[in-house]
Amino acid sequence: MPQTTAFPMTRRGALATALAALAWRPAFAAEAAGAGQAEALHVLNRLAFGPAPGDLDRVTQMGVPAWISEQLHPERLALPAFLADQLSTLRTPRETQREMVDQYREMAREAKEARQAGTASPDGGKAPTAEGAERRRKAAAITVEAGEERLLQALGSPRQLEEVLVDFWFNHFNVFQGKGLVRVLVESYEREAIRPHVLGRFRTMLGATAKHPAMLFYLDNWLSAAPGYQPRRGAAKVSGLNENYAREVMELHTLGVDGGYTQQDVTELARILTGWTLVQQEPRRRRFGQGTDNTASGRGDSIFAFDPARHDNGTKNWLDRSVPPNGQLEGEFALDVLANHPATAKHIAFKLARRFVADEPAPALVDRLARRFTDSGGDLRAVMQALVDSPEFRDPRPVKFKTPYQYVLSSVRATGISTTNVKPLMAVLAQLGQPLYGCQTPDGWHDTEADWLNPNAITQRVNFATALASGRLPLQRVDDPNAPAEPNGMKAMERQADRAMARAEAAEGSTPPVDAATLLATLGPAISDKTRATVTAAQPALRAALVLGSPDFMRR
Amino acid sequence: MQRRQLLQTAAAAGLAWSAVGRTAFAASAQPGGQVLPGNKRLIVVFLRGAVDGLSVVVPHSEGAYYGQRSSIALARPGQDGGVLDLDGHFGLNPNLAPLMPLWQSSKLAFVHASGSPDPTRSHFDAQDYMESGTPGRKSTPDGWLNRLLGAEPPVAAQAGARAGVTRGISVGATLPRIWAGPNPVANIANGARATKPTLLDRPQVSKAFDSLYSGDDAMSRAYRESQQSRAEVNEAMSPAAHEQMVADNGAPLPNGFPDDAGRLAQLMRRDPNVQIAFLALGGWDTHVNQGGAKGQLANRLQPLGQGLAELATRLGPTFDDTTILVISEFGRTARQNGTGGTDHGHGNVMWALGGNIAGGKVYGRWPGIDASALNEGRDLAVTTDFRQVLAGVCMRNLGLPDSKLASVFPGFDAAPLDISRA
Repeated sequence: MPQTTAFPMTRRGALATALAALAWRPAFAAEAAGAGQAEALHVLNRLAFGPAPGDLDRVTQMGVPAWISEQLHPERLALPAFLADQLSTLRTPRETQREMVDQYREMAREAKEARQAGTASPDGGKAPTAEGAERRRKAAAITVEAGEERLLQALGSPRQLEEVLVDFWFNHFNVFQGKGLVRVLVESYEREAIRPHVLGRFRTMLGATAKHPAMLFYLDNWLSAAPGYQPRRGAAKVSGLNENYAREVMELHTLGVDGGYTQQDVTELARILTGWTLVQQEPRRRRFGQGTDNTASGRGDSIFAFDPARHDNGTKNWLDRSVPPNGQLEGEFALDVLANHPATAKHIAFKLARRFVADEPAPALVDRLARRFTDSGGDLRAVMQALVDSPEFRDPRPVKFKTPYQYVLSSVRATGISTTNVKPLMAVLAQLGQPLYGCQTPDGWHDTEADWLNPNAITQRVNFATALASGRLPLQRVDDPNAPAEPNGMKAMERQADRAMARAEAAEGSTPPVDAATLLATLGPAISDKTRATVTAAQPALRAALVLGSPDFMRR
Repeated sequence: MQRRQLLQTAAAAGLAWSAVGRTAFAASAQPGGQVLPGNKRLIVVFLRGAVDGLSVVVPHSEGAYYGQRSSIALARPGQDGGVLDLDGHFGLNPNLAPLMPLWQSSKLAFVHASGSPDPTRSHFDAQDYMESGTPGRKSTPDGWLNRLLGAEPPVAAQAGARAGVTRGISVGATLPRIWAGPNPVANIANGARATKPTLLDRPQVSKAFDSLYSGDDAMSRAYRESQQSRAEVNEAMSPAAHEQMVADNGAPLPNGFPDDAGRLAQLMRRDPNVQIAFLALGGWDTHVNQGGAKGQLANRLQPLGQGLAELATRLGPTFDDTTILVISEFGRTARQNGTGGTDHGHGNVMWALGGNIAGGKVYGRWPGIDASALNEGRDLAVTTDFRQVLAGVCMRNLGLPDSKLASVFPGFDAAPLDISRA
C-alpha cells in the first residue's frame, strides 16, 4: 500500500489496472508455509473480522478455497455451544413485533402523561410508576440485546462471512435506532429483514426491508397516503404523500443517485407505495385488506399492512412505464423493476467491490460483478462467489483501512478474549464515531479510508488497543439484569469507556493482560518485521498494546 | 523534527509544555483573549439533512407562505408563537430568539433564496457539492475549507508565533469532506472528551507508540497531528483557563451543540493558531410533523440558537474578527407535504454572524413563493449561488486575495456577494 498522501481524499484510483492481472496462485508445496499463511490472512481479513487464535493455521491447513466454500454456505457450519448458549439467554428475539411496538407506545404515553403532570425529572426521562420504569428498562435492554446478538456472533461465530455481510447489508439498508419506534424494532429488523437474506436473493431482502416496520417508520412511508386522503378520527394527521422512502429506495437501496430517475419518478413511486404501512394497534388490523408480508422470515407476526384506503388508485407514470392501479401489487411490481434494473446491479456491484476489494475498485471488476448480479437474477451468493474468484480480490496487499467496527472486532478476536459483556465495545464504537445502529442518515456509514482515517481516530484506536491489551475493558463483567435503565444509556456507556481508557487499574470484570507472543503468532504476517522489532524492544507490559495499536493492524 | 521532540518532551514532563505554550500565548495575545489585528477567523456550522429555511427566516408578509403551509406556518409577528420581525417582510423563528441581540446590533445577516446551481435533491450529493465547493462535479478530490487553509496566510506566520497544526479544527470523531485535502487539520471529540486524559497521555505509552508512527505515511502524520493538537488544545483548555471562562461567561452549557460551541469558543479565544473551525449538526430532515413554533424543528432550532449566541459571547473580543456561517445542503418544499412535514427542495437561507458582518439585513433577491415563482413548481428558487456568499466572506471578511479565489472555488466566475462591514 503506497502511503504517500497526507489526506486520504487525494488517494484515489490507487488500484492500477495492472493489479487486476495478478493471478491468485494456490500455495505450491514448494513455497514456504508463510505463503499459505499470507493467503489465509488475506481472506480472514476480507471475508472475516480478522484471525482469532489458531485461525491462520486452520485455514492454511484446510486450504483457502475450502474455507471460502464453507463461508459461502454458513448453514453448514454449526454455532459452537458457548455462542448458542449466550444467544439463547437473549429475550428480545422471542418477542413479537407487536409486543415491542405496544411496549414502546405505552412508554411514550406514560412519558407524555408525566410531562403533562409535571412529574418528569428535569432530564425528561423518569417514568412515574414502577411499571413505567420496568418498560424503560426493557426498551433500553432491547438496544443492548440487539448489540449482543450482533457482536457476540461477529466475534465468535464460525460463519464469519455471514457476519461481515450482515454488517454490510444492514448498513446498505440502514435504519437509525434513535428515531422513535426503530429503537425497539432494530433487533427484529436485522434478524428478520437482513440476516436471512445476505446470501439469498436481493429482491427478497429489498422486499423484506420495504415491509419491515422499522424501515416503514424510519423513512416515513407508513404515513404516506393518496393526496386528499381523509384520516379516520383519532388517527395520525395525514393527508397526502411523503416521498422520503420513495426517494431513498431508488437513490440508496437500488438504482444509485446517478441511476437515471427524475423528481417525477420519486413522486410517482411515492404514489405507488401509498398504503404500505404498519398496523399500530391490534384492533385496527381488521380494517385492512389483504396486505401481507410474505417475505419476512420470522414467525409471521409482521405488523406490515397494506391499507387500501390510503392507496392512490390513479395510474402512475414511473420510469417511462405506465403503472395501472393494482393495489399492493403496484409496489411489488416496482420493487421487481428496481431489483432487476441494470443501474441497481452496478450500484450493488460497486459497493461490494469497495467493501471487499478496494476504495476505488477497478471498473472491470465492477462490470463483472454487475453482470453476475443480473445473470443470476440477483443471487447474492453467486455474486460473492464471482467476487472471491476475481483476480482483483486475490491481490493480497492490505489496502483497506479498517472501519472502527472492523478495527474493534478484529482486535478483540485477535486477543482470544471470550467476551460476555459487549457494552464496553458498543461504547468504544460510539467513541470512534461509528455507534452500532447509530447512523442517523439512510446512506449508512461510508466505507473508505478518506472517511475514517483522521488524527483523532488514530489516537483513539491506540487508546482502545492499550486498554484492551492491558485488560482494562470489562468484557466479562456481569451486570444486574434488573438494574434500572440509565437515562441515556449510550452516553453512560461512553463515559464508562472513557474511564476505562484513562484509569491505571483494571476494573471489575476486566480480562487478563494479553500475551504479546501469542498475539503475534495469531496475527502472523499481518505484523511486519519492522513493527515486531519495535514491539520486542518495548517494555513487556506494552507489547500487546503496540501490536494492536500498530499501523499494520489498522489495515486489512 | 525538533519541534515534535520538544512537544513530546514537554508532554512527558507535564508542566514543561504548559510553560512553552504560555510563552507563545503571551507573545501573540493578551491574557483575556485580545487577538492580534489581522487575525481573521471562520467557523462553519453545517446543518446536515436540509434545514427548512422557510421556517428559519419566514416571509411573514406573504399570503402565499400561509397558503402553502396550512398547519406548519409560523404566525405573524406579535401573535402567539409568532416570528420575530426582522424587516417588515421577513421574521426570525421565535426559537432563535437568543440571536436577536446580534441582529439588532447588526452582527447577524441572512442570504435568502441561496443555494446550489445544481438541481439535485439528494442530501448526499448536495452536501458533497457544498463541501467540495464545486456543484455538479463529484470528482473534486478536496474540500473548500482545506483549500482555504492552503490559500490563507497562517495567523501564526503573521504573528511570529509557533507554527501549530491546529489552524483548522473539526469537531467530531470523523473528518468530513469539506476538510479533505493536503493541509493538515485536527479533529477533536465532541463533548468533554476533547480534553479528558487518556492512556496515550502517559509518557511511557506515548513514547512507545511514537516510534511506531514515525514514518511519513498518512497514518503516522495523522498520529503526530493528533498528538500535537492535543497538547495545544489541552493548553488552551486547561482547567484554570476553563474556570476563568466560566467566571467570565456564566454557567456550564447543556450537552450537545451549545456545549461544543462553548468549548470551541474557548479554544479559539485562547489559541490564536486556530483559524478555521467546522462543526456539523444533524437531524434536520423533517419529513413528518415538523411542527411550527413548537415541535420537532423547534426542538432542534432552540439549542442551535442558544449555541450560536454562546459562541458569539464566549469568543469575546475575538468575535469582532470572526465570521460564523451556518449552511445546509438545500431547502425544503415550499408546500407542506401530506404528513405535516416538508420534502427535499432547493433554495434555502444562509446565515452569517460576526463582528465584521454588515448585519441587520436579509440579502439576496427574493423570488417569492407564489406557485408561479417556485423552482419546478415546488421549491424556493435559488437566486444566489452559495459560492457567491462563501467567496465574498473569504475575500472581504478573511482577506483572501483576489488572485487566490480561483484556487478555493475553481470554476466559479460569478460576482462574490459582499456582506462585510468593510
